[in-house]
Amino acid sequence: MRRWETDPILTVDHLTMRFGGLVAVNDVSFTVGRGDVTALIGPNGAGKTTAFNCITGFYKPTLGRLALAHGGAPTTEDVEALTAAGQAAATTQAGALFLLERLPDHKVSSKARVARTFQNIRLFSGMTVLENLMVAQHQKLIRSGLLSPSALLNLPSWRRQEKEGMDRALHWLEKVDLVERADDPAGDLPYGDQRRLEIARAMCSDPVLLCLDEPAAGLNPRESAALNTLLLSIRADYGTSVLLIEHDMSVVMEISDHVIVLEYGKKISDGTPAEVRSDPAVIAAYLGVDEDAVEAVEAEVGL
Amino acid sequence: MSSPLAGDGAARPSPFAAALKDAVVSGVITFLLFLPLVGFRATESGSGPLTLTYRFGLCATFAILVAVLRLVLHLTIWRPGRQKAARGTPSPLAAVGGFISPMAKPAFFALALFYPLIAIVVTGGLTPSRYWIDLGIYIGSYVMLGWGLNIVVGLAGLLDLGYVAFYAVGAYAFALLSTSVPINDWMAGHLGENFWALWSFWVCLPVCGILAAMWGVILGFPVLRLRGDYLAIVTLAFGEIIRLVLINWTDFTNGGAGIASIPPISFFGIPFTAADDGFAARFGLTFDPMHRIIFLYFVIVALSLLTALATLRLRRMPVGRAWEALREDEIACRSLGINTTLTKLTAFATGAMFGGFAGAFFAVRVRFVSPESFTFIESAMILAIVVLGGMGSQMGVAAAAVFMIGGMEMLRNLSFLKSDWLLGPDFDPTLYRMLIFGFAMVAVMVWRPRGLVSGRLATIFLKERKKVSGDLVKEGHG
Repeated sequence: MRRWETDPILTVDHLTMRFGGLVAVNDVSFTVGRGDVTALIGPNGAGKTTAFNCITGFYKPTLGRLALAHGGAPTTEDVEALTAAGQAAATTQAGALFLLERLPDHKVSSKARVARTFQNIRLFSGMTVLENLMVAQHQKLIRSGLLSPSALLNLPSWRRQEKEGMDRALHWLEKVDLVERADDPAGDLPYGDQRRLEIARAMCSDPVLLCLDEPAAGLNPRESAALNTLLLSIRADYGTSVLLIEHDMSVVMEISDHVIVLEYGKKISDGTPAEVRSDPAVIAAYLGVDEDAVEAVEAEVGL
Repeated sequence: MSSPLAGDGAARPSPFAAALKDAVVSGVITFLLFLPLVGFRATESGSGPLTLTYRFGLCATFAILVAVLRLVLHLTIWRPGRQKAARGTPSPLAAVGGFISPMAKPAFFALALFYPLIAIVVTGGLTPSRYWIDLGIYIGSYVMLGWGLNIVVGLAGLLDLGYVAFYAVGAYAFALLSTSVPINDWMAGHLGENFWALWSFWVCLPVCGILAAMWGVILGFPVLRLRGDYLAIVTLAFGEIIRLVLINWTDFTNGGAGIASIPPISFFGIPFTAADDGFAARFGLTFDPMHRIIFLYFVIVALSLLTALATLRLRRMPVGRAWEALREDEIACRSLGINTTLTKLTAFATGAMFGGFAGAFFAVRVRFVSPESFTFIESAMILAIVVLGGMGSQMGVAAAAVFMIGGMEMLRNLSFLKSDWLLGPDFDPTLYRMLIFGFAMVAVMVWRPRGLVSGRLATIFLKERKKVSGDLVKEGHG
């Protein structure tokens, strides 16, 4: 079943990002299936992180449309109508539709509910593990206002709200096995724990699409196996779609439903892991040779 | 020829002899260095020609000082073979610190509360205690300003070099409102003859805070997209602009001459006068002008407490956590859906509001405002208190304010330096207090680079509230 064709949560159309004369992402189009684990792979400098930054609102793309749909797949007419209307968001029959390139970065997270992690971990290292997870629930906790009197005076209604936040944080701490370290500063955790905490923090903001930038980087085989389990359970238990950039093929091939390959800013392959693995263009890209030279090189290295 | 590796004890000079030799050499070098610099002095006599005086005694004093210090250092800290105390075992000092620290807060508040009483008892009367209570008020104002700026710099990590602008806004707002003739007339017509003179401070206090907060928003909105050094420069400029406007807009602010005859503070509508309806008569006391001063002291303590409590509460709210998260990592904040502009703006406005309160208090205490009081050195002083105290730490900032403002005041009384054998009666210690003060600050920053109290307490906890080491906490980059 190719969910990314029947029920896409994110549709990327003609995404292009130029930095001066450099074209980092060149006319890339792909879709991310609802409830899928989608992997974005490619050699270094292929434009994966740039595409990620466009999706999560950190860059404004030079060209292109990024349509994110809550609830169900939007009709083409809906997307066209919203694009023509010049608005950033609209409610459709299925749910809500957002054009991410038109939203400021914090609204990509708070309104469109896209969460992300970073290639170089960005935890609030001077705050405790629990505080990190509480900050992630900022949007939920300020429903009654940024300076709400109930919170200022510590009224029971606020304490109830805070308790809910604590429970959610505790749930995720159990999920990533960090309950024991809850009151320790995040900067004191070992590297693997920090990676997991960053994922838990992103999940605390209650996203529909979770974007992970190289979540397995620097993990040992045991830790990356645990990461696979965590990502699969995020998809199964919370229905969150996962989009990840990864170099670790054991993670990519094992858990992803859909793989997109970029090279030099262009998409060179798109399909199931099995399809991508046997695609000569991908093999050529990873071996660093032209497509017609692949067989010769493979013979040379004994494949 | 014996090998140097053999190391027989007899061949090596004893540690004491080596130390003594070094001390003597250092002393001689010091003496020779100081001889031309300090030893000869050309003074202009009354009639004109220069006369040369010799101060060899002073040179010798310095040389002996250096020699003794080096000897002591050689015998203690620099002693060869001295083993450093293992890091694991707490030093006696740390043990004392651990014993004292839980008591520090209650002790501090008790001292703040009973300070006027102590001052009166020690000096032996209301009138002689005036200097000490005035000093207490002065320190209290800086504690409050430090706590207010702490929100902006310590929590949100925004470097604000123009904090004094909000202090000025508060002070001038109160000065202008309380001396305004139309308001006074209107109030006299509706609420009684003396209403405005008696109540203006209590009515204006919140207004001043709100006005300062509003100016915080007005300034913050365009500049908070800047970061780090750039933000610091723009806030510095804002502080100067406010001061220059106050000087040059003579029609409105009376320019450099300032605004005088601001009504004094009242005990919630009861004036501190010798009249029959005055504070003393109402409470059956004999009239003393000190009553007003003591009341002012308690007002600043209450205002500071309000600032501290508000900060404590805000830190435990989502907005306070967002401030600290912003200081730690702005990009991560944005990825979690925190509106960074709005969050910075709230920090700026909250800090400014407390600055405005302090400004109103300044105006009612001194009863005169002029642009002179709001120069950059004030901003620098408040910022120094925050940095020295340890950014984000309330107790640290309070201690730093006491140390800096009180210490600076104490340096006025260094009369022992005037004794004949040291620097002579013409030496004026007050001229050097800034220098001594600068050395003290450098020393503190060398030994405690993260401020007196580094590290922060977690705002929420599961099992126990732990202290986060200062090494992990970031300073923020604007």
